[in-house]
Amino acid sequence: MALITSSKSQSAYDVIIVGSGAGGAQMAYTLCLGGLKCVMLEAGRNYQPALETPMFQRPDQAPLRGLPTPDKNFGFFDSTIDGGWQVPGEPYTQASEKKEEQFHWWRPRMLGGRTNHWGRISLRNGPYDFKPRSRDGLGLDWPISYVDVDPYYTKVEMLIGVYGTNSGLENTPDSPAGVLLPPPKGRAAELLSQKFGKKLGVPFLSIHRAILTRPLDAETIPARLHPNNPWAQRIVADSMRARAACFWATDCGRGCSTGANYQSTTVHIPPALATGNLDIIPNAHAREVLVNAEGKATGVLYIDKTTGQEQRVSARVVVLAASSGETVRILLNSRGGRGLANSSGLVGKYIMDTVGTNVSGQIPLLENCPPYNEDGAGGSHFYAPWWLYQNQAAGKMDFARGYHIEMGGSRKMPNGSNPVPDDLIQGLYGTKLKEAARRYYGSLVSYSCRGEMIPNKSSFCELDPTLKDKWGIPVLRWHWKWSEQELNQVAHARKTFSELIESMGGTVSKNASDKPLEFIEPGGKVIHEVGGAIMGESAKDSVCNSWNRTWDVKNLFISDGAPFASNSDKNPTLTIMALSWRAADHILEEARRGNL
Amino acid sequence: MNTPNSNRLSRRAVFQWFAATAAALSAGEAALFGAESPLLQSAKPPASTGYGTDPELLRAYKPGELWPLTFNPVQKACVVALCDVLLPADHLGPSASSLGVPEFVDEWVSAPYPVQQEDRPLILEGLAWMVSEAASRFQREVPALEAAQLEALCESVCQPERVRAGFKNAARFFHKMRGLAMGAYFSTPAGWAAIGYVGNTPLAKFDGPPAEVLGKLGVEQTVE
Ligand SMILES: Cc1cc2nc3c(=O)[nH]c(=O)nc-3n(C[C@H](O)[C@H](O)[C@H](O)COP(=O)(O)OP(=O)(O)OC[C@H]3O[C@@H](n4cnc5c(N)ncnc54)[C@H](O)[C@@H]3O)c2cc1C
Ligand code: SF4
Repeated sequence: MALITSSKSQSAYDVIIVGSGAGGAQMAYTLCLGGLKCVMLEAGRNYQPALETPMFQRPDQAPLRGLPTPDKNFGFFDSTIDGGWQVPGEPYTQASEKKEEQFHWWRPRMLGGRTNHWGRISLRNGPYDFKPRSRDGLGLDWPISYVDVDPYYTKVEMLIGVYGTNSGLENTPDSPAGVLLPPPKGRAAELLSQKFGKKLGVPFLSIHRAILTRPLDAETIPARLHPNNPWAQRIVADSMRARAACFWATDCGRGCSTGANYQSTTVHIPPALATGNLDIIPNAHAREVLVNAEGKATGVLYIDKTTGQEQRVSARVVVLAASSGETVRILLNSRGGRGLANSSGLVGKYIMDTVGTNVSGQIPLLENCPPYNEDGAGGSHFYAPWWLYQNQAAGKMDFARGYHIEMGGSRKMPNGSNPVPDDLIQGLYGTKLKEAARRYYGSLVSYSCRGEMIPNKSSFCELDPTLKDKWGIPVLRWHWKWSEQELNQVAHARKTFSELIESMGGTVSKNASDKPLEFIEPGGKVIHEVGGAIMGESAKDSVCNSWNRTWDVKNLFISDGAPFASNSDKNPTLTIMALSWRAADHILEEARRGNL
Repeated sequence: MNTPNSNRLSRRAVFQWFAATAAALSAGEAALFGAESPLLQSAKPPASTGYGTDPELLRAYKPGELWPLTFNPVQKACVVALCDVLLPADHLGPSASSLGVPEFVDEWVSAPYPVQQEDRPLILEGLAWMVSEAASRFQREVPALEAAQLEALCESVCQPERVRAGFKNAARFFHKMRGLAMGAYFSTPAGWAAIGYVGNTPLAKFDGPPAEVLGKLGVEQTVE
């Protein structure tokens, strides 16, 4: 079994997995190592990081110095293929013309999905994050608790490799000793933020990112991941040995040709393929889940994009992991557009993104540093977890949920855009301009709020009543609304970041607007969208049960972000993978019992 | 003048252009900026598509490979002169023109994408402004301007707050060009050396800032 075309697919599989990103690839990994025969449908083309990643290519070797264009929204070298904020021929629509009520939807079309270019920030949800409603009466509780997911967080961290440190801070879980890889050293701006953050009570410390700061221990980890399964252990050990440690250069957003960071194409998919239990059909765009008269899923109808023809594939179990929005779309388009697994009416409801806003500034202390290499691990080394849980519990704040701070600021490779803001070089040209650039380079910092959005009834998606994509499939129409909760949160973040910059003796860069509704990142822009098929306690008020299994269709599972009942400030992907592994174990167990 | 890629311009054509732009300038800046004169070549770039959503990432590209360029020799000469007065050869490194910056600007104004197409008229009109300023203030062609004369041109537009009424668009042009030139300059190896970027090279370990920097900042390395 391997990478195949539609015509080579088997007549039936144990499991069809739609999507090859974090959720789908984790599912394939666990199921294939557990012995089930799987086929993975991926709407994008095959993608091979070892052969395609532009590691040391320079901006001056790229068109337009590598700057973003409508073809490559995050720059020429970013690994996104055939997508971005728009996918040619596959539009989506907005219910409202108001900017603040619109949702922006990031979609690549490639094997591995967004895991090829994600930021690799891998934070565990804490115990509070699964029971938010019980704590403050807002939003929704999950039907599971931290203890249910904890062992799976540990397994995923051991498999993909996550650097970081255990902080012991409230609702910021530690990993078991020896699981996290050593964190990288702090950079100048990070250490400075840590020092001055402390004075304001903001705890900057090592972030957790899925990057190998040393090779994975292929001798011991596989046995801990797959006890009593020497065959799986051997495959996983081989796959771990094929990944090099980070060599402290190049931007992770381009992907990593040596497998030093997590992308599903270098971490999950190779061992899954090595089992011989996985077929992957690229260029296969799932349109509907097929069901029989008893309401059981029998397979998936997809468009073979290489021919434009409809194809069908059958299996005993169907898993959707096309990214939460696409999964919702497939559900709504199933049964000829009448929808599937939607007896609750909640498919597409409660869409959440992460709450974002940015403040940047210039720090004189960081000017004129002697040149030295600060590339590091291709992204951030430090962050600040949310630190005001106690104030919120005491009712002292005007928003209920927290945010963590991600920060930027280093002597990183100039990327083709002007490295110095105009207000620092007013009137300058010639040698004075070059001297100013050298002086200010490395003295700029930025802080980003990454906060929890509380699910609300006005943020949802549905099928557009008329518009279809180029394959004839109805597209999604988005509705969006922020509540006071999120607006108060970004106002707090802006104030905090400004204080921090000023406490360091710096100057806050001019902001375009003072209105939270204008300086909050628009919906979808943080690219952490989850929800749309939430899990819950009953079929009446949720789409999935606690095993990511749809209430209505017993052999249909959802293993991307769609089942999230809340979207804590912690970036979602580690949780997507942990829940996917957990759901896969459940599928294996049910298969063993003959329940599928 | 109508063939954007003609490499050679006759002297006659150049002088006609000078005359036309100088005349336009005497009618005020508005006649140059925003004017649809064929002499300014501010019309849309030749139809072309971008590099698509799945371009080959591993090979090196050169301006002109993906879409046809725009500048004629006069425009090119203006861009070279301006880029080199913005970022000259000095103790921090070579001149902008020796690092391909003018070619990048040509690639930029010629690109089939919205941001670049929006910049195109401003830049082309700005180049025409340079020609006419050189002619009317110094009675010279741009390449023949002395350093002090080029600097005088810059001085009249480099302070956004102090730019006199007729020069507002020229000042916008100057700032647009400065931003583009800096971006292009500092994204080359020589530009890295100039600005103080060190990296893009594999390391066995990452040490963080050296002691000297930690000392200057008054911080300690907190990660072992
Ligand atoms: C620039 C960027 C930075 C990010 N940084 C972080 C971060 O630091 N930390 C973090 O936790 N998260 C981050 N994210 C978010 C993270 O990428 C996603 O949460 C994660 O990839 C979601 O996994 P998924 O499997 O649900 O979807 P994806 O990874 O998007 O994979 C879905 C796959 O399904 C395919 N597909 C879609 N529709 C169909 C269909 N109809 N039929 C067949 N296949 C289909 C897609 O082509 C895609 O390959 C970031 C995202 C971006 C874009
Ligand atoms: S920084 Fe490290 S992990 Fe990231 S792309 Fe470079 S080598 Fe790979």
